[in-house]
Amino acid sequence: MTPLQISDLTISLGGNEILSGVNATIEEGEFIGIFGPNGAGKTTLVRAIIGTLPPTRGEIKVLGRPPGQAGRQIGYMPQGHGGFDSTALSARALIEAACEGDRWGIPWTSKKSRTEVERVLEVTEAAGYAARPFAVLSGGERQRVMLAQALLGDPKILVLDEPLASLDPRNQALLIECVARVKRLTHTTILFVAHDMNPLMRVMDRVLYLAGGKGVLGRLDDVVTSASLSKLYGFEIEVVRVENRVFVISAEGNVAESECTHHDHD
Amino acid sequence: MIDKLTNYLGYDFVQNALIAGTFAAILGAIVGYFVIIRNAGFAAHALSHIGFAGAAGAAVLGLTSLEGMLLLTVGAGLFMGAAGDKVHRNDLAIGMVLSMSLGLGTLFLSLYSGFAGQAKAILFGNIFGVSGRQIAQMIVLSLLSLAALALFSRRLLFASTQPRLAEARGLSLVALSMSFMAVLGVSVTLTSQIVGVLLVFTLIIAPAGIALRVCRSFWRGIFLAVALGVTAVWLGILLDCVTGYPATFWITALFFILYAAVEAYYRFLARSGP
Repeated sequence: MTPLQISDLTISLGGNEILSGVNATIEEGEFIGIFGPNGAGKTTLVRAIIGTLPPTRGEIKVLGRPPGQAGRQIGYMPQGHGGFDSTALSARALIEAACEGDRWGIPWTSKKSRTEVERVLEVTEAAGYAARPFAVLSGGERQRVMLAQALLGDPKILVLDEPLASLDPRNQALLIECVARVKRLTHTTILFVAHDMNPLMRVMDRVLYLAGGKGVLGRLDDVVTSASLSKLYGFEIEVVRVENRVFVISAEGNVAESECTHHDHD
Repeated sequence: MIDKLTNYLGYDFVQNALIAGTFAAILGAIVGYFVIIRNAGFAAHALSHIGFAGAAGAAVLGLTSLEGMLLLTVGAGLFMGAAGDKVHRNDLAIGMVLSMSLGLGTLFLSLYSGFAGQAKAILFGNIFGVSGRQIAQMIVLSLLSLAALALFSRRLLFASTQPRLAEARGLSLVALSMSFMAVLGVSVTLTSQIVGVLLVFTLIIAPAGIALRVCRSFWRGIFLAVALGVTAVWLGILLDCVTGYPATFWITALFFILYAAVEAYYRFLARSGP
């Protein structure tokens, strides 16, 4: 079954059309990198896919069903996390809370859940520090804990919203390697939102590039070209490739995907 | 001294204080755990003071102060919860509701002058003045609150620790927030019967706060919070009997010393490396 089918997706927030008429069909087992400048609607698209933001127009089908009904078949890693600085709750306790967290009753962790939590911690190699308080973990360790959590229930689709944000290059590489390993092991379809496409060059199959409310899906060599992106942005964009690295630059000379202006709309 | 204690333990009012105090401490510790994890300390604080207006208003309307407080704290809790998961942490909105309630409390006080003596009991608690009827009320209400919390605590823990994930899994953050704030309203009212409106914080924030600072797992945290709460209440009441200084003072002092010790210990650990 097609993991994700997006047709004519339009989403307006507060009178602004964030996405207008985005189309995309993702095939099983694909690693899709989702890119675009700040405010291009990457997080909006993610929220629509996981079902917390209803489309204004158009349709999304996740594994053939409306979003929000996919349950454990879709794993999600939200952007950013925190608020635990004053508690000693361990990373494992947080994942246990998420495992079966949608059931009624008291938060008793069943033996089955415990096994499942250990399994995902092993997959992301986070088991070694899962007993330590989440608050004292490094950025890279936290991200691998959050990735482990997204793997609960062995989802068919994994949606990762900017997992590389605020990681140093070494930890970025470690996390990407981890996601690539998950994909090899489980053949999961991966939607990976990122600011910079260079760290993902070797692992992704196709690119979904968002800009100006529109989106274009295709192979990197077809999508990330001066002609294709200029059309998408609606003004002149230059794509520079240097030794297998890609830079997207507007005609005025500003890097369109600058890390230093990192700011998201929510 | 032991003779003096056993002598006191024979009195009805001491036994009543211990029973009521135990229930208030258990409820406060468990509900408090979620208050801390949700960063809703200010909302809890505001609810207790809103309860004061309820108690004062009850005197005017001819209700008991417990009924007045319950009415207003649960109502205000539902309102804060409904205002949204983000808004329940909104200091300005809570501050405004809080100041309006205190204003109303002052108005009711001036309307009904006979309330002045009772006001002191509501503010500072009257742990030895708990009647048998009040104890029955307290037990029923705390069991009801705990039962309600037990029903949705798994979802609440998930939504409190990771709201966006919980939302993605189909949980309604607003419904959970409202349910929790209603339970918090009842808990605040019950605990304030023991330690008073001004010191509700002692039983809701202190045991859970210390437990969360120390315990890495949910259940250990809950058990430690309950143990700390009950121990402090018992020690406070017994110390009151022996020394004559108010139980409420002893309870707050015990928690403060414990908190300071825990903080000092962790600072020491942090300084001496991992």
